[in-house]
Amino acid sequence: MSLLHFYALHGGETLGLLGEHLLLVGVSTIAAVGIGVPLGIFLTRRPAWRGPVLGVANVLQTIPSLALFGLLIPLPLIGGIGARTAIVALIVYALLPIIRNTYAGITGVEPAVREAGRGMGMTDGELLRRVELPLAAGVILAGIRVATVIGVGVATIAAAVGAGGLGVYIFRGVATVDDTLILAGALPAALLALAVDALFGALERRTAWR
Amino acid sequence: MTAAPVLDVRGLSYVLPGPAVGNRALVRDVSFAVGAGETLVLLGRSGSGKTTTLKLINRLLEPTAGTVLVDGRPAREADPTALRRGIGYVIQEVGLFPHYTVERNVGLVPALLGWDAQRIGSRVAELLRLVGLDPAIHGQRRPHELSGGQRQRVGVARALAADPPLLLLDEPFGALDPITRAELQREFGALQRRLGKAMVFVTHDVREAQRLGTRIGLMREGRLVFLGTPEEFGRSQDSESRAFREAGA
Repeated sequence: MSLLHFYALHGGETLGLLGEHLLLVGVSTIAAVGIGVPLGIFLTRRPAWRGPVLGVANVLQTIPSLALFGLLIPLPLIGGIGARTAIVALIVYALLPIIRNTYAGITGVEPAVREAGRGMGMTDGELLRRVELPLAAGVILAGIRVATVIGVGVATIAAAVGAGGLGVYIFRGVATVDDTLILAGALPAALLALAVDALFGALERRTAWR
Repeated sequence: MTAAPVLDVRGLSYVLPGPAVGNRALVRDVSFAVGAGETLVLLGRSGSGKTTTLKLINRLLEPTAGTVLVDGRPAREADPTALRRGIGYVIQEVGLFPHYTVERNVGLVPALLGWDAQRIGSRVAELLRLVGLDPAIHGQRRPHELSGGQRQRVGVARALAADPPLLLLDEPFGALDPITRAELQREFGALQRRLGKAMVFVTHDVREAQRLGTRIGLMREGRLVFLGTPEEFGRSQDSESRAFREAGA
């Protein structure tokens, strides 16, 4: 059976899986931004925490994705079979690039600009909102871009813990030695990753202030 | 001078925090007063404590001893943010906000102070003209679209925005080419006479000090070793004064 034929028969199901995939990546990325950006900002204010926080995020990032899913399943509350476990794992993966880029973006602001702002009487909050975050936006967005693209990839493995997504076709195809089925999941997953990357690329160019 | 000086610095000292290793006193027992219309030039070698002294005045650093009075009120008791909004501050690197237009850069402190847009707009235009820029041409530009001299003019305009009685200038013309530098010094001299502000101007250039200072304070290793008019400086027998005069001759 050709791929086009497969999609003609299972178009609705494919769209459903794509939707699940987008939901997994979307929810986890938004949550990771909600945790990672404030954490990155915090590190610029308390540099002593930089080593430990980035160290932990780095270790978590290094755990192979399938192993991370396996480690999370037995945990109470956040574990179990299903989307919840997958979302937790995806958040964990997305954190490092977001924290690191937020920190790097803000600390990369020219010291003279920060000194001038403070010297003119900006409060720390005003400096952050009006100067540091706008100037760091491109770098922070680049971190979110990396996190999201990683998320699209890791989310294909989420099917292994029953979280759905395009990985369902891939695992099913591998189990039944069906190349068409594998491609039916792998191709849209790959295209999705490219599309997300292009979208963020365009967004990054728009935030550039030069 | 009959009225209280705009800036009164008494026994100002700053010792670096941390264990006592080597020489950690960056400013030692510095006292001076600056009235309206006066420009005190702090002259000294790199590392003599000039910049640190400025930062102790607007509390970017907290003095370890001594008092700073701005308009007769102790700076220590003021809210640091409010204090700084009332003191113009210009640094060598200018530190213009690269993502803001020239207009927004100049209008920043008034915006922080909650002025309405119309008042900010007319004030910004007035200031740009004051420093020799055309609001219609330069107002909408970003800092990277300006020359070094123009950026420094915007820096001065920005510091003057909320009409502070006191201006602190840290080598404002230090990074400019000699011709632009001389041009800005000349214009700055005219500006001083027009505005009647109290100014503390830091430089290591003795000719700049003699040109712009109504008084010169010479710093060495954190101490004020000479304080007097440019004429008195010209006659001073103090060894550091002589060294600077010879370097500038």
